[in-house]
Amino acid sequence: MSDTAVRVRRKGVGLGLVAWLAGIVFFLPIAWMALTSFHSEADAATNPPSFTAALTLDGYREFFGTDGGASPWPSLINSTVASVGSTALVLLLALPAAYALSVRRVRKWTDVLFFFLSTKMLPVVAGLLPVYLFAKNAGLLDNVWLLVVLYTSMNLPIAVWMMQSFLAEVPVAVIEAARVDGARLPTVLARVIAPMALPGIAATALICFIFSWNELLFARVLTGVVAETAPVFLTGFITSQGLFLAKVCAASLVISLPVLAAGFAAQDKLVQGLSLGAVK
Amino acid sequence: MTATTTAPVASPSAPAGRREPSARLRAWATRAPLLPALIFMIAVTQLPFVATLVISFFDWNSLYPDARRFTGLDNYRQVLTDADLRSSVWTTVLLTVTVVLVSLVLGLLLALLLDRRFKGRSVVRTLLIAPFLVVPVAAALLWKHVLYNPEYGLLNGLLHYVGGPQPDWISSTPLLAVEASLVWQWTPFMMLIILAGLQSRDPQQIEAARVDGASDWQVFRHLTLPHLRRYLELGALLGSIYIVQNFDAVFTITSGGLGTANLPYTVYQSFYQAHENGLASAAGVLVVIGSIIIATFALRVVSSLFREEGSRA
Repeated sequence: MSDTAVRVRRKGVGLGLVAWLAGIVFFLPIAWMALTSFHSEADAATNPPSFTAALTLDGYREFFGTDGGASPWPSLINSTVASVGSTALVLLLALPAAYALSVRRVRKWTDVLFFFLSTKMLPVVAGLLPVYLFAKNAGLLDNVWLLVVLYTSMNLPIAVWMMQSFLAEVPVAVIEAARVDGARLPTVLARVIAPMALPGIAATALICFIFSWNELLFARVLTGVVAETAPVFLTGFITSQGLFLAKVCAASLVISLPVLAAGFAAQDKLVQGLSLGAVK
Repeated sequence: MTATTTAPVASPSAPAGRREPSARLRAWATRAPLLPALIFMIAVTQLPFVATLVISFFDWNSLYPDARRFTGLDNYRQVLTDADLRSSVWTTVLLTVTVVLVSLVLGLLLALLLDRRFKGRSVVRTLLIAPFLVVPVAAALLWKHVLYNPEYGLLNGLLHYVGGPQPDWISSTPLLAVEASLVWQWTPFMMLIILAGLQSRDPQQIEAARVDGASDWQVFRHLTLPHLRRYLELGALLGSIYIVQNFDAVFTITSGGLGTANLPYTVYQSFYQAHENGLASAAGVLVVIGSIIIATFALRVVSSLFREEGSRA
C-alpha cells in the first residue's frame, strides 16, 4: 500500500470519529433525559449530576398519575384524535386536489399550487384572534374537533404539494386504461392511483401526523380542560421545580415517543416529505 | 361530473368546439376534484385573516366591549412606536437569522461528514436526527430544566467536573439560551436536506475533476457548493418559515421575559393576557407583512426548483 493510500485511510477513520463524536453530542441531551426519567426525584436533582444512581420507574408512575396528580391519558387521547382525525381529513381533500393538479393538469395549475403554498406562509397568529372569537361565539372552545379542522388547514398545503409530486410519477397510460374501462374518479383514485403512490401517501400522512401532534399555539389558545392536547399538558411543567425533574423527563419522553418512533421508521421519506417533494 | 358524459359532445374537430357549453362543463369537471381543498383553505385561512385586518383598525379591548370604536391606523402607530413591540420585531429578526444561519452551517458540516463511508454511519445518522423528532415543547422543557438549570442541570454538572464557572444560563444569556435549543432542534433538519443534495451529485463529474488533479477544497468549492445551492436555499426558506413563527421555545424557556419576546409571543400575549384585540391584530398584520417579504423571495426560490423539476418530466 502506498503512503498516500495510508494517509487517505487514516484521514477517513479520523473524520469517522469526528462524525461519531458529533452524533453523541447531539444525542446526549436525549440520553440524559432518558436516564433522568429512571431516577428518583432526589437522585435527579443532585449537583454534580449522578451517573450511577439506582434506577426506578417512579417518574413514570408519577406521570401516569397512579401516585396522584392529573392523569395524562385524556390529553394523549385528545392528541391522537386531533392528529389522526386531521391527517385523515387532509388525505381525503388532498388526494383529489393533487390528482387535478398532476394527472389532469387543470389550467394554470402552477398558480393554484403556489396559492396552496402561500397560505403556509401566512403566520398562525394572523388568524388566531378571529378563530378564537368565532369559536367562543359558536360554543366550540375547548372542542377537539375544532383542532381537527385547524390542523387540516395547517397541513393541507404541504400535503397537496407533496402528493402532486408523487402522483405525477404514476404513468398516465395506466390511469387512461382504467378510465377507458369505465372507472369513475373515486374508483380510479382508490383502486389505481392510491396503491401505486402508496409510499408517497404514507410519507405525507406521517408528516401531517407529526406536525399535528407537535402543535402548541392553537391548542393552547383554543382548548382548556376537556380538549387539552399532550403539548398543552406538558406546558404544566414550565414552572416545575427540581422535585419533579424525573417526572418532567418521563412526560417529555412518553409524549415524544409516537413522533420519535414514526420518524426513525421513515427517515428517508421524512426528508423527501419535509422538502415538499422537491428533493428526491 | 356525470354531466360531461351525458351532455351532447361536440365533434373535437369542430372549430367552434371551444365555445360549446360542453367544453366549459368539461373544464369544470376537470377542476371539480380541486374545489373541496381550495374552498376549505380559503374558508379556514383567508377569511380569518380578512377579519384580523378589519379588527386591526378598531380600538377594541375585550374586557370593555362597549368601548369598541374605529380608530383607523392608530393601532399601527401604537405598535410601531411602542418600545416593547419594536424590540419584539428586532428579536424575531435576530432569532430567525441566527438560528437559520447557524443550523445551516452546522447542518452542512454534519452532512459532509455523513456523506463519507465509515463504520456505524447509519447509527450516527439516527443519533443526529433524534433532536428534530422530540416534540418542541418537550425539547424546550429539556433545555430549560434538564440542561440549563443552574443547580443540577447537565451543562453546569459537566462544567463542575472541569472546575468551570456555574452560570445561570437562562437569566444571564436568555436569547442565546433560546437560540441554542432551536439550533439543536433544526440542525438535523438542515443536515437531512443537504445530505439528500450531496447524494444526488454526479459521481462521474467528481471523478473526472480528481483525475484532472483537483484538490478536495477545489472539488468542494467549484462542484459541490454550486450543486448544493438550491438545497441550502430550500433549507433556509423552510427553516425561516417555521422559526419566524416560533412560539413553543420562547413560551416555554423564558415565557417571553428578559427581552426574548418575539412577535408571535407578543401577539399571543396582547390578546390572551392584555385582551387588546385591536393592537394584537395590528401586530399580527405586521407579522404577515414581514412574512410576505420573506415569502416573495422564498417563492422565487421554490419556483426555480419547480421549473427544474418540470423540465425533467
